Amino acid sequence: MTLHGEEPGNDDSPRKTENSYKTDESRKTDESGKTDEFGKKLGMWLFLYTEIMLFGGLFVLYAVYFSRYTQDFIEGGKELNQMYGVVNTIILLISSFAVAVAITAIQRSQKKMALLGLGVAFGCGLIFLINKYFEWEHKIALGIYPNSDRLVDGPPGQNIFFGLYYIITGLHGIHIIIGMSLLAVSIAFVQAGKVTANGFALMENSGLYWHLVDLIWIFIFPLFYLVL
Amino acid sequence: MERKDHVFEYKTLFYVLLALVALTGITVGASHVNLGKLNVWVALCIASAKASLVLIVFMHLRFGSRLLIVSFLSTVFFLAIMIGFIFWDVGFR
Repeated sequence: MTLHGEEPGNDDSPRKTENSYKTDESRKTDESGKTDEFGKKLGMWLFLYTEIMLFGGLFVLYAVYFSRYTQDFIEGGKELNQMYGVVNTIILLISSFAVAVAITAIQRSQKKMALLGLGVAFGCGLIFLINKYFEWEHKIALGIYPNSDRLVDGPPGQNIFFGLYYIITGLHGIHIIIGMSLLAVSIAFVQAGKVTANGFALMENSGLYWHLVDLIWIFIFPLFYLVL
Repeated sequence: MERKDHVFEYKTLFYVLLALVALTGITVGASHVNLGKLNVWVALCIASAKASLVLIVFMHLRFGSRLLIVSFLSTVFFLAIMIGFIFWDVGFR
């Protein structure tokens, strides 16, 4: 403040000094000069990289056991209802599209369209989870669940296949719930006018998370439902 | 690179959705054709194509700065190292 002492009453001067240290990228996305929008987005991406590694590790586990117990995995894959997989894939693709529409809408200051997009995505998440519930319930009714007699006494490869199925789709389901919570927060913030075309990092980051959940499902779907 | 250029048209987004749904149909169809070992690779290639569309358009990597693109590709590179080395280990035991 001492450096800017000769500008009394100008509250913006310390901020301007901060801004001068920013990179070119942040200035590009940050015209209001209030917050570092690019920094927030970069932070989100760094987190998403760790998520990619988390699910990447599980996919490697799947791949190694698939190469060892190929026949058991194929038998296991036939147990899964492909319709659930296809419907849930399309639901998630539509929800991702809806979030992308919402981002375009907020950039154009179309608040209603943004709310509609986020709402549709939230609804799609809910339908996805309901489908998952029925799918798991059906599997459990057939005696296919971790540590069930059928899996423990059956071929070892099938036990591993369904173990991975529950772990990976379960972890993905938790991500859906977190993603839906973030979408709900975004809806509230857009509604309250706290997320606008001038600053929508919160909504953009929630959207990025939601797209990642979709991205992971894109790989889960062929691994479990399409091994025939 | 004005800010207004960083917006995707609704129409573009919708075409990408159509492409994603079409690719889903193709991968389901391909899974019913017996190609032997090739089935897995076909499924993974189609999944990668779908993932690329989501990343480039829906996740705005098309407009991403060089830092985002390089860091993302490094993540994929390190994932490939992890997968490669594990298979190197498992394959030659």
